[in-house]
Amino acid sequence: MQTKDLAAGTVRTVPGDLAMWFFILAELAVFGLFFAIYGVVRARQPALFAAGQAGLSRLSALGNTLLLIAGSGTMAAAVQDFAAGRSRRGTRWLLATLLCGGGFLLLKGAEFGGHLAAGITLSSNDFWMFYLALAGFHYLHVVLGMVIIAAVYRAARQGRYDAANHAGVETAAAYWHMVDLVWLVLFALVYVAR
Amino acid sequence: MTSSTTATLRPAAGQAANVQLKYRSQAVAKPYFMAAIGLFVGQIIFGLVMGLQYVIGDFLFPEIPFNVARMVHTNLLIVWLLFGFMGAGYYLIPEESERELHSPKLAMIAFWVFLVAGALTIVGYLAVPYATLARITGNDFLPTMGREFLEQPTITKAGIVVVALTFLYNLSMTVLKGRKTTISMVMMLGLWGLAIFFLFSFYNPHNLVLDKYFWWWVVHLWVEGVWELIMGAMLAFVLVKVTGVDREVVEKWLYVIIAMTLITGIIGTGHHYFWIGTPGYWQVFGSAFSALEPIPFFMMTMFAFNMVNKRRREHPNKAAVLWALGTGVMSFLGAGVWGFLHTLAPVNYLTHGTQITASHGHMAFYGAYAMVVITMISYAMPLLRGREANSNRSQVVEMWSFWLMTIAMVFITLFLTAAGILQVWMQRMGDHPLSFMATQDQLSFFYWLREAAGVVFFAGLLLYIVSFFVRGDARD
Repeated sequence: MQTKDLAAGTVRTVPGDLAMWFFILAELAVFGLFFAIYGVVRARQPALFAAGQAGLSRLSALGNTLLLIAGSGTMAAAVQDFAAGRSRRGTRWLLATLLCGGGFLLLKGAEFGGHLAAGITLSSNDFWMFYLALAGFHYLHVVLGMVIIAAVYRAARQGRYDAANHAGVETAAAYWHMVDLVWLVLFALVYVAR
Repeated sequence: MTSSTTATLRPAAGQAANVQLKYRSQAVAKPYFMAAIGLFVGQIIFGLVMGLQYVIGDFLFPEIPFNVARMVHTNLLIVWLLFGFMGAGYYLIPEESERELHSPKLAMIAFWVFLVAGALTIVGYLAVPYATLARITGNDFLPTMGREFLEQPTITKAGIVVVALTFLYNLSMTVLKGRKTTISMVMMLGLWGLAIFFLFSFYNPHNLVLDKYFWWWVVHLWVEGVWELIMGAMLAFVLVKVTGVDREVVEKWLYVIIAMTLITGIIGTGHHYFWIGTPGYWQVFGSAFSALEPIPFFMMTMFAFNMVNKRRREHPNKAAVLWALGTGVMSFLGAGVWGFLHTLAPVNYLTHGTQITASHGHMAFYGAYAMVVITMISYAMPLLRGREANSNRSQVVEMWSFWLMTIAMVFITLFLTAAGILQVWMQRMGDHPLSFMATQDQLSFFYWLREAAGVVFFAGLLLYIVSFFVRGDARD
């Protein structure tokens, strides 16, 4: 949280752009609803979902979880560095975040490739429909998050952020943390929960 | 902010300078708005005819069969809204871009082409059997006819594309050479999207499932996608003008509303894919995403009220402010609430294609699109006629028309909802469900009430037109 002096006095505001927070709330609402429906359908067909879950690679998912957590860490470090005026170091942390995201895309892409080769589609059964939909949507969100961070990285290299003005970095970080948060729930719900 | 220089251009010979218009070429919007209102009247007349046919089956048969009345009713709706959007584009884009329209002449040519083609199409619907119309317009070469809302002959569809392209060319050139604002960008995105998705009306596969699948890319992605962007931009434009609230605030709202519209609306198309032969996962996708579609509409309501509450000026055009607020409320009720009512797959299993759908269709189209076009007309028309706002008397009449039409539409919606609930109950539930036509007979009480509300709506519309001719001391 940061404080800003406005004419009316000191007002607490959210980091980054308020519009992004509305966007994040909307995204969380969609994912939340999907998770809820997943829970209801899973409770009705426990055997089918257990069999489906057994076909997933938990090791790969664990790797992806670590990559995204690391990415959230590097993103937080970037925000701190920009806030402290260490823009060059902050820019390097942004690059590190992009690398973590890229690693996720590769690992998850390989997993999707394996499903595809095994002839699994959205219509295979309810488990695979939910798995592919949730993981697929999340995958697209990682891509979008990386596009946003890449835009911020480019602006940072052009020297457009400093200690007083780095709302762009905060906005990107807020979105990236949301993507991470959704994955943590997805990992727990779809891969781990038995 | 826009510069406040007004009417720096010299007026044409024999024409008094309109000091209210910032750019003279904005005047091309006027015939578009007039045509829109004229076609709106036609739409309602055919609505009344059809409403009567619900209870007196052979009314005007064989001259105007039910299917023809329905086709004219829905097609006129689409065409008058398109006229309204185009008029709004021609009015709004020069002002936002702070320059004259690229080619006012092209805009006028497009107007006459569109009006004549539209009128000929309607005459075709009424004068000859539909199959004959298909034959004489050469539908066999590229069959696109015979589908709900897209009944237009292929050559009319091609004409619509040509008119839309000249319109988009004209506006895009204006925007490219002038100031770019969030409002003009959102408006252009919506208008380009409208034209691009219309192209799917030319794709008409033999497989009925595929046909319906892509048919919704026109119908749904228009009204629950790109049209919402157009609506947001139009509403934002009028609110900036009548409230004097900072552009930054309005733009932030617009961003959020658009993001929500696209997140929920695009995959929300799935709520039309429930029982038409598409894969089962659409039941989950359609339900989840479209359940959130009321959110952007609710934000539109909040947006309108927030801006009016924070207003920095008292605009003399009170009627336009009323229409803007009305759009916020009625679009949320009609599109948001009444849409949500039957959007979840388990509910839709019973309500699909009943009068509940019709109730939603009526209030959503009126609340979102008819009202936003009237908001724009209400704001722009006095300016196009050389005054900041109409006289007090004229505005009072216009506000009466607002309340008559809006309350009548609320009742139309309620009566159709009641008919729909009864229809689901009698035709699709219980041990001894009735046939479709036997059920329709049982609903005639509600259909009569709906027709009465329709007559009130028509009276409101006539009063709206009267308001243009009410004089009184012009307000400055």
